[in-house]
Amino acid sequence: MRVGVITFPGTLDDVDAQRAVKYAEGEAVPLWHADHDLKGVDAVIVPGGFSYGDYLRCGAIARFAPVMQEVVEAANKGMPVLGICNGFQILCEAHLLPGALTRNHKLHFVCRDQWLSVENNQTAWTTRYEKQAEILVPLKSGEGGYQADENTLKELEDNGRVVFRYVGENPNGSRNNIAGITNAKGNVVGLMPHPEHAIEALTGPTDDGLGMFLSLVDSVVKA
Amino acid sequence: MSIDTVKNAESTPEQDQPYKELGLKDDEYARIKEILGRRPTDAELAMYSVMWSEHCSYKSSKVHLKYFSETTTDEMRAKMLAGIGENAGVVDIGDGWAITFKAESHNHPSYVEPYQGAATGVGGIVRDILAMGARPLAVMDPLRFGPADAPDTRRVLPGIVAGVGGYGNCLGLPNIGGEVVFDPTYIGNPLVNALCVGAMRVEDLHLAHASGTGNKVILYGARTGLDGIGGVSVLASETFDDTAGKRKKLPSVQVGDPFTEKVLIECSLELFQKGIVVGIQDLGGAGLSCATSELASAGDGGMHVWLDRVPLRASGMTPAEILSSESQERMCAVVEPHNVEAFMEVCRKWDVIATEIGEVTEGDRLVITWHDEVVVDVPPRTVAHEGPVYHRPIERPADQDALIANTPDSLERPKDLLQLIKTMAASPNLSSKKWVTEQYDRYVRGGTVLAQPADAGMIRIDERTHRGVALSTDCNGRYTKLDPYTGAQLALAEAYRNVAASGATPVAVTNCLNFGSPEDPGVMWQFEQAVKGLADGCVELGIPVTGGNVSFYNQTGSTAILPTPVVGVLGVIDDVRRRIPTGIGAEAGETLLLLGETHAEFGGSEWAHHVHGHLGGLPPKVDLAREKLLGEILVAGSRDGMLSAAHDLSEGGLAQALVETCLIGETGARIFLEGDLFTELFSESSGRVLVAVPRTEEQRFTDMCTARQLPWRKVGVVDPESDSLEIQDLGQLPLAELRAAWEGTLPALFD
Repeated sequence: MRVGVITFPGTLDDVDAQRAVKYAEGEAVPLWHADHDLKGVDAVIVPGGFSYGDYLRCGAIARFAPVMQEVVEAANKGMPVLGICNGFQILCEAHLLPGALTRNHKLHFVCRDQWLSVENNQTAWTTRYEKQAEILVPLKSGEGGYQADENTLKELEDNGRVVFRYVGENPNGSRNNIAGITNAKGNVVGLMPHPEHAIEALTGPTDDGLGMFLSLVDSVVKA
Repeated sequence: MSIDTVKNAESTPEQDQPYKELGLKDDEYARIKEILGRRPTDAELAMYSVMWSEHCSYKSSKVHLKYFSETTTDEMRAKMLAGIGENAGVVDIGDGWAITFKAESHNHPSYVEPYQGAATGVGGIVRDILAMGARPLAVMDPLRFGPADAPDTRRVLPGIVAGVGGYGNCLGLPNIGGEVVFDPTYIGNPLVNALCVGAMRVEDLHLAHASGTGNKVILYGARTGLDGIGGVSVLASETFDDTAGKRKKLPSVQVGDPFTEKVLIECSLELFQKGIVVGIQDLGGAGLSCATSELASAGDGGMHVWLDRVPLRASGMTPAEILSSESQERMCAVVEPHNVEAFMEVCRKWDVIATEIGEVTEGDRLVITWHDEVVVDVPPRTVAHEGPVYHRPIERPADQDALIANTPDSLERPKDLLQLIKTMAASPNLSSKKWVTEQYDRYVRGGTVLAQPADAGMIRIDERTHRGVALSTDCNGRYTKLDPYTGAQLALAEAYRNVAASGATPVAVTNCLNFGSPEDPGVMWQFEQAVKGLADGCVELGIPVTGGNVSFYNQTGSTAILPTPVVGVLGVIDDVRRRIPTGIGAEAGETLLLLGETHAEFGGSEWAHHVHGHLGGLPPKVDLAREKLLGEILVAGSRDGMLSAAHDLSEGGLAQALVETCLIGETGARIFLEGDLFTELFSESSGRVLVAVPRTEEQRFTDMCTARQLPWRKVGVVDPESDSLEIQDLGQLPLAELRAAWEGTLPALFD
């Protein structure tokens, strides 16, 4: 089970994503933004950070990186892809996922332990969770407000494509309390909170996030 | 544009030069002429003026700071790999790991431009750590502001917090602690101190030097622009004072770009790892003036720099401007000629601009040319290390006795203690700092074991052995005002205790000494006393000061800030899984013990300050032998799994410690106290820690305390069934009510 973790200039949570893959007993494979090469991996994580300084707009430059061309192609063929935080923003910019992430409604960066409910446990990344399970993972972002037009929201809601929802006070003004979504096939998932920071109670609020990486390992083993 | 060359300077010895405007005194200018045997060129004058500024040369503090190294014994020095004088102190923590840590101030720029001032403060200290060869791992930020409800605090605080967060978050460094303190004396002089800690393998320690004739000097990172020129000499070394009717020159504050710094860090670490760097120096205050003169004077040769090769972001910059620019995110490396291409290749990978700007030469001169004309020709040590040294007049302030005589004894005692607990918890200084710390990423890199609001920040250094370090910064300026010697020791004691309360063994100290004008003999007395107190305290605790920073001129008109010697203590823990949390409720059935002794000590207390606006008397007594014993007990308690929570008692006393430990642990408690309840709850006696002990360990733990003669008392029990803090004879405080009080203050002021 080889899981690629992309590093762009300005990526920060690549080490954390790699650690999470290892905790789930997968093999983490570093991928470099400038290479047209996925190194034969089975899945890809686009981690958090400030790719290219988030200049222009979060994720807007990263989507043009050579490695992202390969990710888009592989994702369209069904490869599991997970975008976390900045990675979610990049997947939206790359049109693998619909909608956009905007400045938090209170205009501050927010770092907190956030309860989420699992709305969809059928994706490649969420099968280890019970539906409606509540998990506690860190949220840390300045532009995490999920926005989409009414049609897109309806499409997401009607087809069970909302994967995670914020529980309690909406931390960033996301529409419908949306914290994470998936594509129609369920292989691409993006979310603002950070499951890779919740893989052990020592360094995270819980180990609730580990389930996402274990789910992935399961899915590839099954396939 | 005509450039002032050395040749020109020789032929025009009498030319007037604006040395006063650059902050140099008559005798300092005369000394430069004496060193050079001629008048300095414009470029040389720029170099000397920034390097001889208070900020860079420590000219007023040097004679006092010597006391730190004079008092450090060989035993204290045993684990120090580098100390004062290097970019940052380095300590051997075992398992082959070396830790480097340092604090620095960025006070004045942050008042002028809060966001960028604070942001570049973080950026600067991170480069200091990087320049030791270490990977920066975490930051902390001790902050001081004017009254929380003052209009200017609304301008300054949100900007500074956003700047610390904006830069640190984008850089990918967890923010694991710090302080937010309000006092009227900081209204015109907020303090922005930033601490960074990094780790490296012991063999990878890089010291700044430029040995080896023929080695190349490479400038890499951002281009050099017009930002921050003169920032050092003016912003950091002169008082903001427009009473004379003329505005002092206010040059632009440097502007930071954390993305560039993140890339610079990764690029530098790859360069270190490939072993192609002989010497490394960050560019901070005084920019290239500092980097070239320090690199050259630390090596065994001279240096030639071709200044016209420096990549610029503005056109028409003069050599003097290029030398004194404080553009951020730049580093200077010394590289052997055969490694230059490999160096450039790594920089190309990270899209970092790198330029060979100079070479190590025979001889002992720093020669800088501009299109083949010599504009600087100086002995580098005279720029970097042999600046002026002042023995400033020192005098105990005339009103110090009156201040001490005005004790808090006559202040009216409260009638409703339960209400007072809530009032104090909601006071700006004691209230939850969540509004601030929620804006900082504390998770990035996955090594954060403890972060605010814990007593100390803790990070895991080695994922295999679980070895880690803990850090705390502390200072109570009111205590220091009442007695600077004791106040500095109390700051040391508190930081030491906080680290021990997390389960780590304190091993080293850094400091950031924030004071008023050194030209005021009263301020110099405070400074001298604080330095002595801190150094003597370190001797008593047996841990060395490995580095520090001095910030003077923190005053507006004749009003100086409270003397604020912020002390940072570093601790080591063999296994971070044995950390002690701050909140109770982790185990079923815990007993609450108060370690240490409580006396009626209210001088400089938060109660006197918040309720009565009173500052007078003497600060709490300090007993460092007791602190050391307390620390040993806490570490033993952590190692043997006898403690389930620990929280240091400081401002606000036991009452505040109880509120915090309950709210952080989201668990209630029942407390029973004896004696005068006001003293028991609100005294700020030093050397005390509240611990939670699993009932099964109670006997073993208290036996250990008794055997080692550490006073202890049972003060209550944790009650997981209860949702309130109950104090016998007083009543109950529902946790929800306490939380609303504790967490409500800052959002109400700043949202």
